Amino acid sequence: MKPEHQKDSKTSVNEVQKLPNIIYLWLGDKIFSVVVVLLGISIILLALGMAWVLLDEGGLALREFGFFSFVIGTTWDPAVQLAFGAWPFFFGTIATSTFALLIAFFPALAVAIFSAEYAPRWLAGMIDNLIQLIAAIPSVVIGIWGIFVLAPWLRDSIYMPVYVWAETNAAGLLPILGNPIGYGMATATIVLALMIVPYTTALAKDAIKSVPKEQREASWALGSTRWEVMRMAVLPYARGGIMAGAILSLGRAIGETMAVAMLIGNKNTLPFSIFGAGATMPSVIVNEFREAVESLHLSSLMAIGFVLFLIALVVNLTAAYINRKLSIGGGQIL
Amino acid sequence: MKSLKRRQIHDRFMVSLLVVSTIAVLLPLIIIISHVLIEGFSALNVEFFTEELGSPSRAIQGRPTGLVHTILGTIVVDFLALAIAVPIGIGAGMMLSEYPEHMLNPTLRIMNDTLNGMPAILKGLFAFVLIVKPMGTFSGLAGAVALSFVMLPIIARATESALLSIPWTIREAGLALGLPRWRVVLSTVMPAAKTGLVTGILLAFARAAGEAAPLLFTSFGNNYLPDRWYGFILNPVDTLPQRLYSLAISPYEQWHSMGWAAAIVLLLFVIITFVIARFLTRNKMQQA
Repeated sequence: MKPEHQKDSKTSVNEVQKLPNIIYLWLGDKIFSVVVVLLGISIILLALGMAWVLLDEGGLALREFGFFSFVIGTTWDPAVQLAFGAWPFFFGTIATSTFALLIAFFPALAVAIFSAEYAPRWLAGMIDNLIQLIAAIPSVVIGIWGIFVLAPWLRDSIYMPVYVWAETNAAGLLPILGNPIGYGMATATIVLALMIVPYTTALAKDAIKSVPKEQREASWALGSTRWEVMRMAVLPYARGGIMAGAILSLGRAIGETMAVAMLIGNKNTLPFSIFGAGATMPSVIVNEFREAVESLHLSSLMAIGFVLFLIALVVNLTAAYINRKLSIGGGQIL
Repeated sequence: MKSLKRRQIHDRFMVSLLVVSTIAVLLPLIIIISHVLIEGFSALNVEFFTEELGSPSRAIQGRPTGLVHTILGTIVVDFLALAIAVPIGIGAGMMLSEYPEHMLNPTLRIMNDTLNGMPAILKGLFAFVLIVKPMGTFSGLAGAVALSFVMLPIIARATESALLSIPWTIREAGLALGLPRWRVVLSTVMPAAKTGLVTGILLAFARAAGEAAPLLFTSFGNNYLPDRWYGFILNPVDTLPQRLYSLAISPYEQWHSMGWAAAIVLLLFVIITFVIARFLTRNKMQQA
């Protein structure tokens, strides 16, 4: 496409014929590329804008308390003192999501191994579809199930018996266990674990599937049993992808909002106990944002949003880094 | 080296462990779905689809209440979000696949993944600052913008991989015929990648339709039908996920059962979208 060259032609007949072509070829391509690039840039601007807006809106609180004092501050009192510190929510978020990942990781890995390596094709397809279905269930639907079915059941058949046992046998444990009301840290953690299983499974399965066939065949040829092939040839090779998947799932758990807000019991002061109520960063935003009237309160919630943004960013970048470092070629380093 | 016998026993043991874990993971899913189906269907009735919610006293006194305004609001907000997200998402995906040498592409990819990894609630806060604050009121439009932030990165990524799955030879054939690049993309690559594009859009839609967190601060919620049609866009609007949340945490018994009804409608809405998307990909794979 060299429109300049065509413009230069002197014959008037050619000029008339080529003009629409210039518009059609040259201008059309220009417009197309400009529009497409502008749309692409708008996504870049959105991501940057989100960080900037959260920082800007949270600025009032961050200036008032200072960034680090805000993050490690333990008082959250929107009513009397108007003092805001994010530590209870920071702690609640990290605690619930880490334990959720610990609970979910091995079952999820087992499902991934089973459906990738053991199950016949029809069964593997069915398991995959079911797992994806769990991922598709809206968070609020799991939340309403948690409120009316899971939490009462956990309270009656697990928390209460444990609590009653501890009352007579180990009174020292009681403050750690907390009130077995059913809505609290433990329930939120269990539901979170349930919700991140599909992500961990899907990503682990991708990693296992990407292990080359030769790797397995070499191990078979050495006389390994099926499990030994898995453990010695496949899993070490897929390690990077599996770990990266686990960390991405952790990111999911950290940002999960509705189910946690419905089940965690919402308590803004430390210490949190195992069965007792707690709060996470997303849950406190959901619970207080609509009612916040003081500008400092509103700004503090936005600042929590900014801290949450930073955590999610770090988690995602870490996952990308691990995936690059530990997978395939990089796997030999460790 | 352990004896062969012991190794085989170990092997069997691990297989059974895998099977047990798989069942343990899938069991809760079946329990959740069956609870929602049982409770939801017993709570569904005709009024649910024809009446508006009104005040709590309406439900307590046993007068007919329903969520017709919520269902309409959900449709308006979700499709408005789709209308915002599809052009931008497809454009960004095109930039990644059709201009692979563009210098902004690595940045775009990172930013898109960042946006995708961000908790939905932050997108709600962002839309609150962008739309609700300047407008001075919660609105369906703000809700749609918040949901479009949820859809955007998914659509962009799906578009990129759908367009990249079309071989370069097709583009070269078009260019060799003298077609300009934009015609090649719009008239040959896009139609060829149609299934992949639609699947990506449907998955993004299913994901966004279940989100409640971004809607709480943007479309806010409303117990009544708006007076005029544009009330759905410019005034606070009810949407299923957000209404489901409000019903579930409300203190009224009647509203709880209505919450279950809302749960089943929402679940079916999301799952049907999801299943259509899966079905499309499956057909595509059979053709290939």
